[in-house]
Amino acid sequence: MSFTPHFIRQCQALVGMDNVIADPARLRVYECDALSAYRQLPELVVLPETTEQVQAILQLCAAQQVPVVARGAGTGLAGGAMPVSGGIVLGLSKMQQILALDPLNRTATLQPGVRNLAISEAARAYGLYYAPDPSSQIACSIGGNIAENAGGVHCLKYGLTVHNVLQIKLVTMDGTLLTLGGSGLDSPGYDLLALAIGSEGLLGVVVEISVRLLPLQPVTQVLLAAFSSIEQAGAAVAAIIADGLLPAGLELMDNAAIRATEAFVNAGYPLEAAAIVLCELDGLAEQVSADMQRLQALLQAHQASEIRIASDASQRQRFWAGRKSAFPAVGRIASDYYCMDGTIPRKHLASVLQQISAMADRFQLQVVNVFHAGDGNLHPLILYDGSQAGDFAKAEALGAEILELCVAVGGTITGEHGVGIEKLGQMCVQFQAAELQQFLRLKRAFDPQGLLNPGKAIPTPHRCAELGRMHVHHGQLPHPQLERF
Amino acid sequence: MSAQDLSLPLQQQIIDAVNNQRPLRIIGGNSKDFYGGACTAEDTLLTSAHCGVIDYQPSELVITARSGTSLAAINQLLAEQRQMLAFEPPHFGPGATLGGTIACGLSGPRRAFAGSARDFVLGCKIINGNGEILSFGGQVMKNVAGFDVSRLMTGALGTLGLLLEISLRVLPMPETELTLAYPLSTDSALQQMLTLAQKPWPLSAMAYDGQYLRIRLSGAETAVLAAARQLGGDIDGEGDQFWLQLREQQLGYFQHSGDLWRLSLAPAARLPALDPHCLIDWGGALRWLKTDTAAASIHDSIGACGGHALCFKGTGPNRSLRLAPALQAIQQQLRLAFDPQRIFNPGRLPF
Repeated sequence: MSFTPHFIRQCQALVGMDNVIADPARLRVYECDALSAYRQLPELVVLPETTEQVQAILQLCAAQQVPVVARGAGTGLAGGAMPVSGGIVLGLSKMQQILALDPLNRTATLQPGVRNLAISEAARAYGLYYAPDPSSQIACSIGGNIAENAGGVHCLKYGLTVHNVLQIKLVTMDGTLLTLGGSGLDSPGYDLLALAIGSEGLLGVVVEISVRLLPLQPVTQVLLAAFSSIEQAGAAVAAIIADGLLPAGLELMDNAAIRATEAFVNAGYPLEAAAIVLCELDGLAEQVSADMQRLQALLQAHQASEIRIASDASQRQRFWAGRKSAFPAVGRIASDYYCMDGTIPRKHLASVLQQISAMADRFQLQVVNVFHAGDGNLHPLILYDGSQAGDFAKAEALGAEILELCVAVGGTITGEHGVGIEKLGQMCVQFQAAELQQFLRLKRAFDPQGLLNPGKAIPTPHRCAELGRMHVHHGQLPHPQLERF
Repeated sequence: MSAQDLSLPLQQQIIDAVNNQRPLRIIGGNSKDFYGGACTAEDTLLTSAHCGVIDYQPSELVITARSGTSLAAINQLLAEQRQMLAFEPPHFGPGATLGGTIACGLSGPRRAFAGSARDFVLGCKIINGNGEILSFGGQVMKNVAGFDVSRLMTGALGTLGLLLEISLRVLPMPETELTLAYPLSTDSALQQMLTLAQKPWPLSAMAYDGQYLRIRLSGAETAVLAAARQLGGDIDGEGDQFWLQLREQQLGYFQHSGDLWRLSLAPAARLPALDPHCLIDWGGALRWLKTDTAAASIHDSIGACGGHALCFKGTGPNRSLRLAPALQAIQQQLRLAFDPQRIFNPGRLPF
């Protein structure tokens, strides 16, 4: 389907000539997000600059039954912002003002296109910051963070996006502007704010966001512990949490990940270790010092073969540099890799890692593990060679088995990347038909015509068979400059 | 009450109620019946026998229990492992259940620093208004598969479905807690709360009762003592009791006459006409007001600063919420998406 010149003129009248893109060469930019294996060239991209323009465009599209895909910075990893056939892409990138920064109430009010990192940069002058820190934070925007309920390394202690937002303004498909939440910490009636966060653009378009800011912590320390088996490392992670410590970050890398990153960035990791655990503590100096003593005792009791504490900020950054460059580092040792995002209860870490390794042997593929151990969020990277016929199909099959294992041990198919177009098939493993139908009824309460981001996040029974994967060829990710972890 | 799973009999009761068009009033421990609009259903559905902890492993920081499980029993089980429900939920009676706690979605003094009831909900199993047993969320910290129905259930007063099981994130108890008290005027107390919240003090509660600003510090003993030394003020030896009585609304303030209003608003918001009469919690973000003032004027003054007012406990007809018409409409649709015949708790919420 092509849009009529009349429809295009209507859009132009609403947002201005310059903010409507119909030229195929310029449309190419919008054909995918960071899940580039899935592409769909949009026919029209509209870039509103105001809330009123968003309302007017949605009203127009609703009247003419035109599907709408909202798009932030395009850094999503699950294809949530991939265009749909016959629809427009509504890009929020021109709405990028920080509308207010209120140090007394410790809030920032933002347009959806504001970059995640820009919030903390603006708040730093007041000794405050915005806690959720997805690895793409240099580029990803707060509107997209809302859509995906973005996490990050520090969400173990400071929570996900849903825990750090006070209010959003949401435009529904009929152009209605809703204010969800408030200036305080809660609001009466149903918690539509929590529902809208992580709804992957299916319920409405976020046009304004008020986030909670936190005081910067005075002291941060990072510790690295090496282990001679990955099971010991997994057990140590569980013990740290069980003992009552709440680290700001708690990450695990296996030997393959250690070797790949060491060759890439020279972080100083012990090459012979089967696994390392990175643990960050923050707070008042006395708190960090007390926690550090407990942490070291626990790690020793769990047979850590080596413990190093970063002596200064530069060593701390070096410890983290390895972790943060793990994905591109793996991209150097394999022609292709495919990244999974399952979450499991921590008690199953050791056994699930063992089973993944056995599965990989069976498929004759290598898996590299580097992940958010503290909250059980796995990112197994399956290495394969896309130039070998059938290799990607094998990787896909292994990936599906891994996610099904996550569900089987009481976990989930996606911890932080979202379902998008990628995990529609696994949604059918995670949920029963009646639950999917309940999701679809919920969606219709907001969008009766089903025009917002159709075909994403919630599969219809018909789509339950579809599968999708993040495909990385020769280490070439979209947005290769971004850290991914 | 010994643990038992009554999911199937409860499901049958709901299917019968749907077929006979006989709405149900859900009752757990009957400790918070005062909260929300008056339920108009004549038939009751009792949850307290559907009880028992299904899974609790301290190293996971997660507990899963049936909705009829007593809140006191859960608190005790957690305390034995030096863990806690960090949103510090009020009981409002000895029978309080986990299901009622989550259905009401109320949180205590620690909320402004640790998070709310909905922040700690990870997953739930429900029966919807079609009599279907459905599971959402799970037992893991990070889960973005599907809409966040578990958090939507929190505070919905049972109107979207019957909660069968709930999984909650729990947190370690702080090693040490200490309460400091400062005699201050209302204005100075509000100002001091804002000042303190801008720095990374190990705060876990801040409240003002009209005479004293009290702050609770939590964490490692060395850190709490170091912070207390720098902050000065008097140590309140009765601090634990104060926070308990605040949570349970047993302080003298709550015994005054008049309706009890709950004002949720920005901590720096000033209400010159109302503040001197308020009990202030959550570092300023929650104010309790005992008053006979007309509902409309309270809604107006709180709405003007972007907040929300709710008549929490009242004798008059003013227990309804004030919602923008568009919000009211969408909540109505949402209700029907889960409970098309309005079988659950009609009257509790105005949709």
